Amino acid sequence: MSTPTLLQAARALLARDLRLLWRRRGDALQPALFALLVIVLFALALGGEPQLLAKVAAGVLWVAALLSGLLALDTLFRGDAEDGSLEQWMLAPVPLAWLVLVRTLIHWATTALPLLLATPLLAELLQLPRTQLPVLLAALALGTPLLSLLGAIVAALTVGMRRSGILVALLALPLYVPVLVFGAGSVAQASQGLDPTGGLLLLGAGLVLTLVLAPLTAAAAIRIALN
Amino acid sequence: MNPVVRWFHQLGSPPTFDRFAARWAPWAYGSALLVMAYGIWAALFQVPADYQQGDSFRILYIHVPSAWMSMAIYAAIALIWRIKLCEILAMACAPIGAAFTLITLATGSIWGRPMWGTWWDWDPRLTTELILLFLYLGVIGLYGAIDDRRAAARAAGLLAIVGVVLLPVIRYSVVWWNSLHQGQTIRLLGESSIDASMLPPLFAMIIGTKLWFIGSLLARARADNLLREFGKDWVKALAETRR
Repeated sequence: MSTPTLLQAARALLARDLRLLWRRRGDALQPALFALLVIVLFALALGGEPQLLAKVAAGVLWVAALLSGLLALDTLFRGDAEDGSLEQWMLAPVPLAWLVLVRTLIHWATTALPLLLATPLLAELLQLPRTQLPVLLAALALGTPLLSLLGAIVAALTVGMRRSGILVALLALPLYVPVLVFGAGSVAQASQGLDPTGGLLLLGAGLVLTLVLAPLTAAAAIRIALN
Repeated sequence: MNPVVRWFHQLGSPPTFDRFAARWAPWAYGSALLVMAYGIWAALFQVPADYQQGDSFRILYIHVPSAWMSMAIYAAIALIWRIKLCEILAMACAPIGAAFTLITLATGSIWGRPMWGTWWDWDPRLTTELILLFLYLGVIGLYGAIDDRRAAARAAGLLAIVGVVLLPVIRYSVVWWNSLHQGQTIRLLGESSIDASMLPPLFAMIIGTKLWFIGSLLARARADNLLREFGKDWVKALAETRR
């Protein structure tokens, strides 16, 4: 038997994950639905006043994206850990970090991307000024994969536990804070008429850094958890 | 073998470490208490009041050493080695570091109320120190949640390494951003920008907190060590002699 190349392994994983997702189509919508609920709760709790909502809209949208991503984290490796596929990953001839990276990107595309597509609609619910929408979308497009990659480390660290629950949030939120600060901060700067590129560039730099380092760290964490 | 190296290797064995910790922890605690008693006394009665802040500035003698310890201990956790005793030591660091972080935040908050007119501000220095507290809690939580102690220590150590990115951000947060928190005024090397008469108690407190950390670390590591070696002959023998 010949060993698969990196791309072949990625393609096989993609095909498998997409097929699994297709069998349970409803699940794919859940993160976006959760974010919608968070936004509805915020809008109602704040009294629905348009001026006030417009001011906090970017922050609320960021928190909603962050929380829905946090809830989706558990599905990242859990199923594979339970049915033993994760052990096969460790034995596979391709590097574990590569499989982790591919899985994380697929996970991002199936949980965060629908949310990203729904963002213009959600922003409209919160009366976000139209001029800030491109900046918010750019910040989310750079920030949500960053959140997914950081989350992959946390999910990998907790994969060996039967019930991780609140611990995942406790581990992930400190790591998420810088992303939130720069992501929401760039939109806040745009709302004041300042140049938002500084925060966006920092998010981009963070994304490049985590694209390289997070899969390696998560792979090390999986090895610790399953050995 | 070099005697120092041999001593170091022997210290890695649980029974030797237990004797070592039992012997030295009281000394570290005792000298820490002495040094800190001098530091607190001098800070309260000898040092002149600040010309702007009056007596409020005296909280610095607790705030600054704790803040330094909160970061130094975190760095120590991230330097974990794959030796059983090193894992125990690194994990024993975490609650002490969390306590120092909490003291830093609390004293800063108490000082901030009269000086800034607020208990809390979302200033970069304050926020990053708060995140450091959460990182400590995460490390402690992860260590407690995994049943296999060795895997738990390695997982928590890995998390600590990921969080180590935060340390330079805390250190330079007052330089990079225009923050409410004042910039660095005290330097170990070179000239501090506070008056020389205010420094000696601060050095006493810095040394005192280090000694206290050593005492607390030895005591905690000893307890964890005994717990892990539970059921071994030397632990049973130790328990017999205490009965």
